Amino acid sequence: MNIHEYQAKALLAKYAVPVLKGGVAYTKDEAMDVARKLGGPISVVKAQIHAGGRGKGRFKDDPNGKGGVRVARSIEEVGQHAAAMLGHDLVTKQTGPAGRTVKRLYVEDGCDIKRELYLSMLVDRSIGRIAIIASTEGGMDIETVARERPEKIVEQPIDPVTGFQAFQGRKIGFALGLTAKQVGSFVTLLGSLYKAFTELDASLIEVNPLVVTGVGEVIALDAKMTFDDNGLFRHKDVEELRDIDEEDPAETEAERYALNYVKLDGQIGCMVNGAGLAMATMDIIKLYGAAPANFLDVGGGATKERVTAAFKIILKDPNVEGILVNIFGGIMRCDVIAEGVVAAAREVNLHVPLVVRLEGTNVELGKKILKESGLKITSAENLADAAEKIVKAVKEEG
Amino acid sequence: MAVLVDKNTKVICQGFTGAQGTFHSEQAIAYGTRMVGGVTPGKGGTTHLDLPVFDTVADAVAKVGADASVIYVPAPYAADSILEALDAEVPLIVCITEGIPVLDMVKVKRALGGSRSRLIGPNCPGVITPEECKIGIMPGHIHKRGKIGIISRSGTLTYEAVAQTTAVGLGQTTCIGIGGDPVNGTNFVECLEMLIADPETQGIVMIGEIGGDAEVKGAEFIKASKTRKPVVGFIAGRTAPPGRRMGHAGAVISGGHDTAEFKVDFMRSVGIKVADSPAALGEEMLAAMKG
Repeated sequence: MNIHEYQAKALLAKYAVPVLKGGVAYTKDEAMDVARKLGGPISVVKAQIHAGGRGKGRFKDDPNGKGGVRVARSIEEVGQHAAAMLGHDLVTKQTGPAGRTVKRLYVEDGCDIKRELYLSMLVDRSIGRIAIIASTEGGMDIETVARERPEKIVEQPIDPVTGFQAFQGRKIGFALGLTAKQVGSFVTLLGSLYKAFTELDASLIEVNPLVVTGVGEVIALDAKMTFDDNGLFRHKDVEELRDIDEEDPAETEAERYALNYVKLDGQIGCMVNGAGLAMATMDIIKLYGAAPANFLDVGGGATKERVTAAFKIILKDPNVEGILVNIFGGIMRCDVIAEGVVAAAREVNLHVPLVVRLEGTNVELGKKILKESGLKITSAENLADAAEKIVKAVKEEG
Repeated sequence: MAVLVDKNTKVICQGFTGAQGTFHSEQAIAYGTRMVGGVTPGKGGTTHLDLPVFDTVADAVAKVGADASVIYVPAPYAADSILEALDAEVPLIVCITEGIPVLDMVKVKRALGGSRSRLIGPNCPGVITPEECKIGIMPGHIHKRGKIGIISRSGTLTYEAVAQTTAVGLGQTTCIGIGGDPVNGTNFVECLEMLIADPETQGIVMIGEIGGDAEVKGAEFIKASKTRKPVVGFIAGRTAPPGRRMGHAGAVISGGHDTAEFKVDFMRSVGIKVADSPAALGEEMLAAMKG
């Protein structure tokens, strides 16, 4: 789960990570109010969307204008920026061409930036540990730095038994060229970040940039936090920070039925049990010359209720011209699955070609149920046969 | 021979009296697995499925002995169960549970280092040596004892490889589901090491997916091992968009080196026969065995 920058900063501030003063605003007036209260000569108006690259991003209706992070030198200017951002679609390299509608702003104090650094903490899966990643190339996309100047990146894994140690912070701090005094504040900041990371079940904290100010303070100028969905049950307060507006409505709907759904751009809807097989089914559709409309894992219990919910979600996508159901039942009985598929297809009044591939116990009985349903359902013998049949059916219909 | 488990493997179940533990233990017993008992805290001294129930794994190990423990405990408590089995020095721990917080697994991974236990999973179908021992949730009937070792990050996609190798008449030695989580107990490298050393295994199928570098490390190991056993591969997720998690907690493209394309190219560069189609695993293996 992702949260907004202002939410991440509020969480991190509780752990004593130095951040600038600021406030969230949903309207132009609120933005001006926040700036007035901050009272500084300079404030920065930042679009709050769940995507990076906001500063370099551009608004769809003003492609030659300024980006999603703007400096204002007066309250009036804060108001102008707020009006230009709220309700407008911001396109960044992470949003895709459609962009994201800006609904919230963060108005923050300005600061005197002397150096910009990169800092993040994540679970490095190849070693199974939390690692700190840092670089002198602040403000830049870390993947680009990793590709072009890998020597600029420092990585420090943390042993979960000892936790973060000051010497590890000093190692990174001196490698970044910080002064002895700055290294002291940097080590404290890292300790706070590690505490926040482990106590909140984060999967990523990215501070890009981490800045050194003119007077030598080390401050998190930006903050991105991602949480481990599997750890959220321990953190109801974090779960409340979720912003449904930033998610695909169909995916949110699918989650209510414990279905794992990801919308894609193709024309063949897929319903599969198991994540690996679901991906493989998408891949084989591509191999046979069409494109998958979605990833959908119905999980272990492909009951009538779940299959019906899955059909409804798949069919909400206007691009869907056919559906492939691929269930490797294994222990589950195919006749039960077939009954579920038939009942669900009736309930949603299915109007596109449906190819069903079933494997498992009672597979012949399952096929018989599909055949005798009177519905336009094609049975497939295996995965290749299923892909071939649905691609052909969709091409004929079109 | 096979690897990890055989007909002599004594198995206990943690989360034995729960719905999942009960159902899959029944299936395992019916398959012929040597189940010797189970653990459910608070139910020690009772019997379930005609087997003794213990309060702790240590009790079970002391009373009935255990070569392996299978865990069907819900995600919030699963890491604790793995650590309990590890503390009791159970040699093989198989964790089926999906949804364990990754930071719990970071601790478990640290505890596994230097312990006497091996962990398979979590978030996996388990381990099976056909016609001898089934530990996990895989359907027994699709397996057939034979020549091929199978290692996979995915559950139902493993069944696909099993059904196909059965259909072409090759059969399997041992099938190992290493799980779809970003931090797991055993990876491709350790499984490949065992299967390459196993005289009964004549060919290997390795099934990976997007995210992480486990397949690349496995391919490097195959190259260094100079094995002459044919290896057939498949990587799921060629059509998956970057940055989106595809069901499994570990199936997400986060950089340039964890895409399906990169993995496929790398695996091919060391001589692994990577199938373009997930429906061609059996045929590819058969062709590779003949070649």
